[in-house]
Amino acid sequence: MIKFLLKGILRDRSRSLLPIIITALGVGLTVLLSGYLKGAFGDIVDQNARFDTGHVKVMTQAYAENKDQIPNDLALLDASEWLDTLHTEIPEMQWIERIKFGGLIDVPDKNGNTRAQGPTTGMALDLFSGKSGENKRMNIEASLVTGTIPKHSGEAIIGHDFAEKLNLKLGDEITFFGSTMNGSMTFKTFNISGTIRFGTSAMDKGALIVDITDAQLMLDMNDATGEILGYLKSGVYDQTEVNTIATIFNSKHKLSTDEFSPEMLTLREQNNLASLLDYADVMSALFIFVFVLAMSIVLWNTGLLGGLRRYQEFGIRLALGEAKVQIYWSMVLEAVLIGVIGSILGTIIGPGITYYMQVVGIDISSYLENSSMIMPSVLRAKVMPNLFYIGFIPGVLAMVFGTMLAGIGIYKRETANLFKELEV
Amino acid sequence: MNKTKILNPIKMKKIKYILAIITIATFGFVMQAQIISAEKIINKVDDNINSDTQIVVSDMVIHGKRNDRTITSKGYSEGHKKSFTEYLAPAREEGTKMLKLEDRLWIYSPSTDRTIQLSGHMLRQSVMGSDLSYEDMMEDRKLTEMYRSKILSEETLNVRNTWKLELVAKVDDATYYKRMIWVDQERFVPLKEELFAKSGQLLKKTTMSNIEKIDGRWYPKKMNYKDMLKTGEGTDFIVKEIQFNPKIPVEIFSKGSLRK
Repeated sequence: MIKFLLKGILRDRSRSLLPIIITALGVGLTVLLSGYLKGAFGDIVDQNARFDTGHVKVMTQAYAENKDQIPNDLALLDASEWLDTLHTEIPEMQWIERIKFGGLIDVPDKNGNTRAQGPTTGMALDLFSGKSGENKRMNIEASLVTGTIPKHSGEAIIGHDFAEKLNLKLGDEITFFGSTMNGSMTFKTFNISGTIRFGTSAMDKGALIVDITDAQLMLDMNDATGEILGYLKSGVYDQTEVNTIATIFNSKHKLSTDEFSPEMLTLREQNNLASLLDYADVMSALFIFVFVLAMSIVLWNTGLLGGLRRYQEFGIRLALGEAKVQIYWSMVLEAVLIGVIGSILGTIIGPGITYYMQVVGIDISSYLENSSMIMPSVLRAKVMPNLFYIGFIPGVLAMVFGTMLAGIGIYKRETANLFKELEV
Repeated sequence: MNKTKILNPIKMKKIKYILAIITIATFGFVMQAQIISAEKIINKVDDNINSDTQIVVSDMVIHGKRNDRTITSKGYSEGHKKSFTEYLAPAREEGTKMLKLEDRLWIYSPSTDRTIQLSGHMLRQSVMGSDLSYEDMMEDRKLTEMYRSKILSEETLNVRNTWKLELVAKVDDATYYKRMIWVDQERFVPLKEELFAKSGQLLKKTTMSNIEKIDGRWYPKKMNYKDMLKTGEGTDFIVKEIQFNPKIPVEIFSKGSLRK
């Protein structure tokens, strides 16, 4: 039966070509949009995790409440003890300290007076120990435009565009001016060891990267840290797992009576990422729903047209004694075959274009010039295993639904009128 | 009867005109008197608090969330335009110097031997973690130049009779749009000040206390500055020593003095 129907589909192209094209296009579009959404939102989440939120982040409650202001006066004290506790209690995660700080970069002239200056957003990472994996996680080496990562105390990396703006070269001296953890003025001179471009406007704008030991000295943060970030050793963010970890940690260490007690926040709970992630899921589901609905209507219409074209054929089959239900189900089976062929084509085309979008992407850097959000400046799609079925099933279903709706007309044919109709 | 009826409205009209003129004149006079009076009060306060030159040794007690810090400094000033501050203690701040010449501000750090000029948004940052911003320190115009003032009411504050003055900015670049000042009626010393944004939000509050007579002037030796957008008890500025109109060498107010 299948072989017979398949022959019919292949030989009578007017019966199958249009539905196959429509299904293939629909499936391809769904796959592309799904891959693009997943890729773009995935990149945003990934960049946030790597640069800012971690999979979880531990801060004091007071710091967490005002974290946008980088309130280092509310930083976590006894950081090494907390790191030990985290390593012991949650060994499935890697824990690293980070300090963010804001201030002014001042470039001296030969007399030590201000030649140029600009506001900076600094980040202190564990670069010297070689155990933190920060270089790889932040992709620092690959993002360097010139120079090397700091190897000695007093060296810093500066944003490439920032360096150009301040007319700085490798080896030049810059002075950071800001506030210590206690609010005192702090001045620290760094040598530029490299310039960097992450491709994230919020990070590249006035970026200054130093080793955490330098920052602790500079900001009077001996054994204190702004944030402790945790990353699942698998490297993949798992909401259920981090939720459990955070709940257990907070129930044990977060005290309602002490605002300086630590609090663990998951990635979802930071930077409004919860709504972003939910939005991505909703949009993806919506695309599939709209696709199935729209395709069903289009294919219903195509089925109706096909039904009209095959009006005589069905009439003859009925006249020859074939049951209406038999014809109906043969049409549905035919629709399944057409749906499968269209979906296979769509599943080849969709990931193909998605792969192209993964390589090329869409450059949105011009829209992000003044943005403080951590977002990649090129939004790329991502080819993932689920793309090979995410459009396939709705593709077949849409074709089947469309045909099932159109096929209802068969039941309205009256055998008594068949010969009269066939005479026409 | 008819004549009376005709004359009366004319008379009434005249009386109305005269009354209106008197009312407008009186209101205008009162308003004028009040403007002068409020301005006079501010000028008297200015004369009382400020002098041509001043040398002040003070403690700035910053009440932080975790601890309190006391920073001792010696400040020299000449009018509103020039000032020089040297931080004396604690060791972390010792030797840090600040020079303000009109609208420019330089900070010298002995640890890096660098002089940095502050500008732009950095001026809005807090000074040493206190509730005062550099911008607050930079204010170098007289209040009467920047604000339109009026007396709102008379109030009793800490058993002292005060005028409550409202000052509204008449220039676009005033740091605060509106100020409320409670001035001691007898000693011409401000006892309280509230600073507002244009939106009406209270931004800062200053309370003056320990008022003593020094060289014939009443002077508040303790001021508490409170940034209302921050939690905490604010910053106390305690005057330990003050000299009015001392001779200050000219070179103090030069960039060269920062490195000395």
